[in-house]
Amino acid sequence: MTVTGWLTIVLFAVILTALAIPLGRYMAAVYTGERTILDPLFATPERLLYRILRVDPKREQDWKAYAKSVIIFSLAGWLLLYFILRTQTLWNWTGLNPEHFHSAPWNVTFNTTSSFLTNTNWQYYSGETTMSYFSQMAGLTVQNFLSAGVGIAVAVALIRGIITRSGTSLGNFWHDLIRTVLWVLTPIAFVVALVLVFQGASQNFSHYLNFNGPTGLANSIAMGPVASQEAIKELGTNGGGFMNVNSAHPFENPTGFTNFVEMMTVLIIPASLVFTYGKMAGNRRQGYAIYATMMVMFLGAASVAYIAEAHGSPAQHAAGLHTQVIAGTTGGNMEGKEQRFGIAGSALFDVVTTVTSCGAVNSAIESYTGIGGAVPMANLSASEVIFGGVGTGLYSILLYVLLAVFIGGLMVGRTPEYLGKKIEGREIKLVALGLLITPLTALFSTALATASASGRASISAAAAGQPQGFSETFYAYLSQANNNGSAFAGYTGFIQPNAGSLGSHGITFADLLGGFTMLFARYAPILFALAVAGALAGKRVSPAGLGTMRTDNPTFVVLLIGVIILVGALTFFPALLLGPIVQGLTGHLY
Amino acid sequence: MKRDIVTSAIGIVVLTLMLGILYPLVITGISQVAFPGNANGQQVDVNGKLVGSKLIGQNFATQVYKNGKPEMKNGEPVTNPDPKYFQSRPSATVPPNNGAASTFSNLGPNSTATEEEISSNIQAYLALEKPYNPGLTAAKVPVDAANTSASGLDPDISVANADIQAHRVAAVRHLPLTTVMALVSKYTGGRGLGFSGESGVNVLELNLALDRMTGAH
Repeated sequence: MTVTGWLTIVLFAVILTALAIPLGRYMAAVYTGERTILDPLFATPERLLYRILRVDPKREQDWKAYAKSVIIFSLAGWLLLYFILRTQTLWNWTGLNPEHFHSAPWNVTFNTTSSFLTNTNWQYYSGETTMSYFSQMAGLTVQNFLSAGVGIAVAVALIRGIITRSGTSLGNFWHDLIRTVLWVLTPIAFVVALVLVFQGASQNFSHYLNFNGPTGLANSIAMGPVASQEAIKELGTNGGGFMNVNSAHPFENPTGFTNFVEMMTVLIIPASLVFTYGKMAGNRRQGYAIYATMMVMFLGAASVAYIAEAHGSPAQHAAGLHTQVIAGTTGGNMEGKEQRFGIAGSALFDVVTTVTSCGAVNSAIESYTGIGGAVPMANLSASEVIFGGVGTGLYSILLYVLLAVFIGGLMVGRTPEYLGKKIEGREIKLVALGLLITPLTALFSTALATASASGRASISAAAAGQPQGFSETFYAYLSQANNNGSAFAGYTGFIQPNAGSLGSHGITFADLLGGFTMLFARYAPILFALAVAGALAGKRVSPAGLGTMRTDNPTFVVLLIGVIILVGALTFFPALLLGPIVQGLTGHLY
Repeated sequence: MKRDIVTSAIGIVVLTLMLGILYPLVITGISQVAFPGNANGQQVDVNGKLVGSKLIGQNFATQVYKNGKPEMKNGEPVTNPDPKYFQSRPSATVPPNNGAASTFSNLGPNSTATEEEISSNIQAYLALEKPYNPGLTAAKVPVDAANTSASGLDPDISVANADIQAHRVAAVRHLPLTTVMALVSKYTGGRGLGFSGESGVNVLELNLALDRMTGAH
């Protein structure tokens, strides 16, 4: 460990907070229709879009109407994306398939389509050997924007449900979606993409480069419009890499500086939305309490990961390697890490992208030490509420807040209420279902894949029959159920002997189980969150009295952290023990 | 219901045109005008011929010939590290440093396969460097020289790694060690913003600078 490493983590948290407070305020203005500085730029396109889409943005939707719009729009997106990916060669006339890659098989495409629709970006395929530039742009980039937009819209709807004082309206889905795309996602992605190119990332439509290096060896380099996708991939907490190795690829993430920018881009919206919530609720302290909860858990995870990775792995020590920091080296577990990021830049990136639903990686998580690998799993076990995905993080932690209020109420014998609204049987049932569905899906799919021979076919040869093999499987379904997308990448659902998908085949079991896991664990919680919003929207607000439990003080923060850890630990601890913790507690090699 | 279907159908097409075509085109247009070098992958030419990208690590090795024919193993050329060049980090791609198919090693922390891989990397490193660094032992091999990079294309090596290799390169090229060391520090990049990430030495740039100096190539 180094002072600079710790400094990176601390400065990251400070700068994030400093940026998130103003952006949170700006986003509140976007959703409440107040004036913002970007109005002159986007007011006209907004009106035009409403006209083309035949939307009346003022039409109020109750939770059912809102949910219906979400589902139908997602279905339309799914169909178009599947079509684009399966007809890759049809689009060769655009010139955006310079390597003439064929489409991936149906099962892999089912998985990929479901993955990008659900903001998961789990990737069984490898970008530079499978996807044409056209598929990456018109297919994947689009859903990078839209799946993020849908997530934020649902979070805004839940906020409205909690704060509204009359009626059943949660706002209008199309209004929220379009304003998110125009006012939030596009301008930030635009700036970040150009910063990335400025700092060295690629952005072109060229053929792959073919050349002979200085020693005469032939080599080839994959190209493409990387930066434009990289920016929204991080901003929308999507995480699907343009290239196979994701943000470890020098064209996606060329320097230590871009690494910092990308981490910031991942967390900026989830962090800001918490302040947006405080502002919209007219009670900023509520936002601060949730932010404090998230930040404490985030810093804890980052510290554990950094310490574990800086220590090095049993395999390194067995091979006689010294892993302490000596002048001019990074020390630590450098297996599957890039020199320019080092240990701290890799461990922090890993935590940033697994507390959120991003799932981008700049290092190989499978090669992390036992404890270092347990950190992302623990983050996923907390159901993406430590900042979480764009939108999904806020609506999930609000469900946890309601649960904590309920449990706190039971403990002190008071009627549980939140922001003046009574939390009753119906709400708490919906909250419990909304929170449990993701862990249950993850565990069910893991069990099915572990117990069946078709499931075990996906485990990498080196890990078969070992705790690492279980970790791979568990991580795969934990990640897909939480719509994260990071992976112990040895686990595979796509056998591709050559670039371009000719002669390749998918592993149907892993592709379909994963695809359905992602779809179910995305849309079921969305429906429950909207149902909770609907149930709360109709409630009368009673003034806070002496008996009201406060939800904006340190006591509540501690209670909330306790509830999150308790639910996560109760559901996942046995599984975590079987895989990463066993490995972390032993120096034994398998 | 019907209204939602119509809006969704039009919406997904219009948004695809906006976000999937217009947005990447605009970014590409601006990038190609403002930062053409970066946008096109930081290509490096020698005498007008492309020899690689500054950002993509290469395998500085030469083809092994057997009976006058290039020796192949499992369809890939067999190579030996070229001692007059600084060597990149170990790579898991096939063949090593394949810029068109990046991949992780995915070797687990407690796996014997990982231990074997690291041991063989250490042995290869010692075989190449120990003749020029008599005091070098496994314990002194920098971690980045023994562990596979993430991308398989890491353009950098650590400063400690470069310092060890400098002894070999200086001896093979008949250059004073101080000259080679000066080049190493010239191509050592700092941390982002002074704190983010780690400094590293760009291997391709360093090797090409050496070629320019000694006229080899």
